[in-house]
Amino acid sequence: MNNHPVYTDNDPQTELSTLNLGPTHPATHGVFQNVLQLDGERIVSGVSTIGYIHRAFEKIAEHRPFYQITPLTDRLNYCSSPINNMGWHMTVEKLLGITTPKRVDYLRIIVMELARISDHIICNGVLGVDTGAISGFMYLMIYREHIYEIYEEVCGSRLTTNIGRIGGFERNFNAIAFRKLRQFVKDFPAVLKEFEALFNRNRIFIDRTKDVAAVTAEQALSYSWSGPLLRAAGVDYDVRAMNPYCSYDEFDFEVPVGTNGDVFNRFLVRNEEMWQSLRLIEQALAKLEKEPTDIFHADVPDFYLPPKEEVYNNMEALIYHFKIVMGEVPTPTTEVYHSVEGANGELGFYLVNDGGRSPYRLHFRRPSFINYQMYAPMSRGMLLSDAIINMSSLNVIAGELDA
Amino acid sequence: MGKITNEELLNKINDKFPGQLTVIGEPFGLLTLETGREQIIDILTYLKNDPTLQFIFLTDITAIHYPEAEKQIVVIYHLHSLVNNVRIRLKVFLNIDDVHIPTATVLWDGANWMERETYDFFGVLFDGHPDLRRILNVDDMMVFPMRKEHPLEDPNRVDKKDYFFGR
Repeated sequence: MNNHPVYTDNDPQTELSTLNLGPTHPATHGVFQNVLQLDGERIVSGVSTIGYIHRAFEKIAEHRPFYQITPLTDRLNYCSSPINNMGWHMTVEKLLGITTPKRVDYLRIIVMELARISDHIICNGVLGVDTGAISGFMYLMIYREHIYEIYEEVCGSRLTTNIGRIGGFERNFNAIAFRKLRQFVKDFPAVLKEFEALFNRNRIFIDRTKDVAAVTAEQALSYSWSGPLLRAAGVDYDVRAMNPYCSYDEFDFEVPVGTNGDVFNRFLVRNEEMWQSLRLIEQALAKLEKEPTDIFHADVPDFYLPPKEEVYNNMEALIYHFKIVMGEVPTPTTEVYHSVEGANGELGFYLVNDGGRSPYRLHFRRPSFINYQMYAPMSRGMLLSDAIINMSSLNVIAGELDA
Repeated sequence: MGKITNEELLNKINDKFPGQLTVIGEPFGLLTLETGREQIIDILTYLKNDPTLQFIFLTDITAIHYPEAEKQIVVIYHLHSLVNNVRIRLKVFLNIDDVHIPTATVLWDGANWMERETYDFFGVLFDGHPDLRRILNVDDMMVFPMRKEHPLEDPNRVDKKDYFFGR
């Protein structure tokens, strides 16, 4: 790949040019700065600078009760915030020893898989745009909108969802949510098929992506990659399958893996994951038929806010409401690590609790942060245009990168 | 290969490094061990390269500050054996005046940014790290902000004092 001449000093013919790619560059889809040394169009070396939107979430989390940390997790990977929310709820539930009813698990799986689809829609759609094919992006984007409409029915908001509560959901899924969900499951396969037909055997797309930024399994593991990127390199590590949470073990789904970890493999793995997510949603919908329709949270009055009408009319509910809001409920002094399969990989929460109202220490294992550190080393010897595509296919989300 | 239990895992490590590890506990089934900085790299190397253990996946490196403790800074490693599907947590306690610890970048390339983040927020000095600079905070920051002595908000602010709220 890298077969250019050796450089001599002070020779104007072989002098390198420096390019500041970012922090705000239209091709990088986020706040990423890379200072690149270029020899013509080839990258000789690069340095990534991150932290432009660092918001000190881990520090803020040390001063907030558990339920107020959920909105912080929204703003990590904001393309699939429900997964972050659910991951956080499940971490706290693990800490407190709460078991959720099966119906809650199935509803959570529906929401998380919708989020995964919407995240992969963005990544693969934008990868198409970066290689010059805008139409595929347009076909898919309307379905992200439909997913957001389902979120809206479930929790009232769209991007930073703050969806669910510790123990379940703040309200039951209504009939409109189920109708929209069924419509989505019915319509989306045809569109995804069309999208795949546009790209999977497209000569131009394959020429641009095949063997670009190929990564071996050893390299990927050494850089602690996870998620679709690691699976594209051929390692079948998926938290949902390896350490099932939220009743994933009852579901039938496949973990797609690639062969050589290049951009094309990552694209195919993400597409296949969308199909698997659809399968999971369909199975969850089928399983929900057998569950009682009125259960949407676990019975944990110490941590789950009582309904508002009871707070205004009922002494006990009012007491619980105050205890929860003021964080007066004792919690166990221990530490817990819980991880979920985020859209970009293993999203981990390391929570150290001292029994107080807020965590003593909370650390987010953010897949984008860990995946992105290979970007500068792997760009060496690459064409600038390939490096742009490589960044798109890494799907680094600035919020998750910088926390 | 099947799963190995925490007990087998602990026995194996204790056989290899007798007396150099202390068990902290098994919160939620995750074996947590304490060790010193002198042998941490040897232990990590063993865990990674032993053919039956194969903790090849470095999940995370982070730190905690306990201002009341004798050894205030704790560096925490989370490893995951993808073959056996077992996780392990290692802790190294450091004095606040002497926060040196050898780098794990010799074993995993991915440790680079994790250690930079830990340095950035806690000031832990990873000896031998190829590029130990701040990563998320600005380069000219003077403090290590995740240490507990730094309040979240400006202590000189008066508009959030309790007496304004009748407390």
